[in-house]
Amino acid sequence: MKSFCLWGVMTAVSLTVCAALLVPPSPGAPPGGVIKVPELVYRTGPYAPAGSTAASAREDYFALMNARGGLDGQMFQWSECEDAYDTARGVECYERNKKDMSLVFPESTGITYALIDRSVHDKIPLVTIGYGRSDATDGTTFPYAFPVLGNYWSQASAFIGYIAAREGGKGLQGKRIALLHLDIPYGREPIPVFERLSKKMGFEFRNFPLPAPGLEQTAAWVDIARRYHADYVIQWNFGQSCTVPFTAMREVNFPIDRFSGVWWCGSEEDVRPAGELAKGYVTSNFTGVGRNFPVIQQILATVYKSGKGNIDESRVGTIYYNRGVVQGIVYVEAARAALKQFGAPLTGEKMRWGLEHLTISEARLQELGAAHLMPPVALTPENHGGVSGAYFQRWDGQAWQRIPGYWQPDADLVWELIRASAAQFREQKR
Amino acid sequence: MYRECGVYRSSYAEDMVLFPLPADRIGAAALLIAAVLVPPLLGEYWLRGIMIPLLIFALSALGLNFLTGYAGQLSLGQSAFMAVGAYTGVILYGRYAVALPLALLAAGLAAAVIGALAGTPSLRIKGFYLAVATLAAQFLITWTIQHVHWISGGVYATVNTPPVRLAGLVLDTALRQYYLVLAVVVLLTVFGRNLVRSRIGRAWMAIRDRDIAAGIIGIPLLRYKVLAFVVSAFYAGVAGALVVFCWYGSANIEEFDLVNSVRILGMVIIGGMGSVVGPFLGAGFVTLLPIAISVGLHAVAGWTGGHAGTDLVSSLEDVIFGSLIVLFLVVEPLGLAQLWKNVKDYLRSWPFSY
Repeated sequence: MKSFCLWGVMTAVSLTVCAALLVPPSPGAPPGGVIKVPELVYRTGPYAPAGSTAASAREDYFALMNARGGLDGQMFQWSECEDAYDTARGVECYERNKKDMSLVFPESTGITYALIDRSVHDKIPLVTIGYGRSDATDGTTFPYAFPVLGNYWSQASAFIGYIAAREGGKGLQGKRIALLHLDIPYGREPIPVFERLSKKMGFEFRNFPLPAPGLEQTAAWVDIARRYHADYVIQWNFGQSCTVPFTAMREVNFPIDRFSGVWWCGSEEDVRPAGELAKGYVTSNFTGVGRNFPVIQQILATVYKSGKGNIDESRVGTIYYNRGVVQGIVYVEAARAALKQFGAPLTGEKMRWGLEHLTISEARLQELGAAHLMPPVALTPENHGGVSGAYFQRWDGQAWQRIPGYWQPDADLVWELIRASAAQFREQKR
Repeated sequence: MYRECGVYRSSYAEDMVLFPLPADRIGAAALLIAAVLVPPLLGEYWLRGIMIPLLIFALSALGLNFLTGYAGQLSLGQSAFMAVGAYTGVILYGRYAVALPLALLAAGLAAAVIGALAGTPSLRIKGFYLAVATLAAQFLITWTIQHVHWISGGVYATVNTPPVRLAGLVLDTALRQYYLVLAVVVLLTVFGRNLVRSRIGRAWMAIRDRDIAAGIIGIPLLRYKVLAFVVSAFYAGVAGALVVFCWYGSANIEEFDLVNSVRILGMVIIGGMGSVVGPFLGAGFVTLLPIAISVGLHAVAGWTGGHAGTDLVSSLEDVIFGSLIVLFLVVEPLGLAQLWKNVKDYLRSWPFSY
């Protein structure tokens, strides 16, 4: 019996290994050639809702391009490598697929850090929209890293702009602003911006760290509401810790309309579990919300109508979905610029040129059907993007509603921090 | 032929060799030669994606096995000791231009010192209670690294390494990185194999089997328990420094979290507690099998012409991996190393049953 089990196990393992060694049959190549897009995705693990929606949205956008005849006749051919948000797995996926990559969306802070050097070595641009190293904006220090849109310092600065506008131009003199954040590097990153702006604009600032994973917040909320008497609270959390405040703040009677959150706390998944409690909650975002964009309607009409959608149709137009579409637009527009300049085939080096000369103007956004889905972008070899503003959105209990306006950051301050941090990076690499 | 018949020993030295059987000696030599000669034929992917992480994790798991498998002390702090090594290594090498071998050694020693501190409570608390105490070490160490600005170097708590140089060579190719990892791992594995059959190893096993009895026969419990923590943390520290110098290129605190500690403990348990081969097999199982399953499933999904949803494929991978862990531990609770030993024992007496 025992040896039977043993042999069963052996057979199972050898079958798996055999299957692993088989090369997947590749579909016939279209006449114009293909642009291979190997992707790092996480459809399992703690952050699966974010990972699967964004990846599928990117694929939907590529499918839309293919339905229109591809890019200069070249068809997009994407493939997925599952990394479960684990850095070691992500690096393995990258190494396995890099020969076909002309751009990589690492989709995780850990993987981004691990790929910073390798991407330079392999000449593959690393595009981290809305996360990653804020100082990667400095293209001279980080030749292959591209934040493109939004970084944490710009976002923090935009928050203060938004709150100041809410106060109606009276200024923030004497107001108390609290930052409730996960006590990990991501959560502490905006602190220098808030501290400098508090000196400049005369408001009081204090940060309240939560030990990761931040699921126990009662004590912090008592501090914020009863001791510090905060006027505004901004949360800088991730995952479940974004949802905990809605119950915790009610226990101390903190008003929801003075509570707002970072864009990684601003998806449907973050507020739905809180039900009515989250009504009136505001977060920043770097993309527009909802399905009312021509490009999303075209995806629904072309890709989903023919049953080729890459995710459940109800997810189309959710926050993470729209972020994935924006990633798709950035990919395709950079590839378009690169191909126009150098011709096929697309490589990482050409893509880097395409990104460094990426210009998506307001008019171009109109043509793409993505006006207000994302702000206009203009990158240069020195400026890899990231010093850009933020949209704000409010949860009405059913859906996110965009708050009119676009809040620009204090660009001088953000650039100052970027330069200092990039200099520190160069010092480490010397 | 794999048997003891005809193997004669005529001196104590011959009796004490590392591999008494000629077959074992040939096998070990062949493995070593293969590990040196084959990699140039493998691509960058096999080295960077598979071999380097495998060896680094195996090294850390081997360290934990001295503590958990040989000395019987449960620890959930291995990942934090790796972090100590990673930051010590990169700070000494990057900021103070200490030579690479010395930086690696110092990384191990720094982790060993912290390990000694974390191991002191083991005299008074045992089993799961000790595991919780080491859990505290895990959190205290990672908290300290993040919050002491001098260590973490700014908002990202990430320290990048300058180009890694060893004896005039820049370790920028996968092959060179691999050889450094291999050299360190072989050295520490041979050392470890000798350690566990020395007086120290025997003392650890006596403590594991019954620590009161071990105390009565004259083994100083505190010294040997702390020593187990020291050696275990030393291995973790060196492994952590290798993560920075040969794999990720930066020390990022978020990689050294509790999940990583649990994963290393998993490697020890699946691989086989109280064995030197075990951690290697366990590391192979935990790091390689999910990749193989994933590649296999995608190949199978490809045959269906894309009708198998990607969500399904990704989730199925976890299901299969989980089932295999359960299956292996049911078939052989002592781990993969025991399976290997069973094969050897069978061969030893073949064709007789005993």
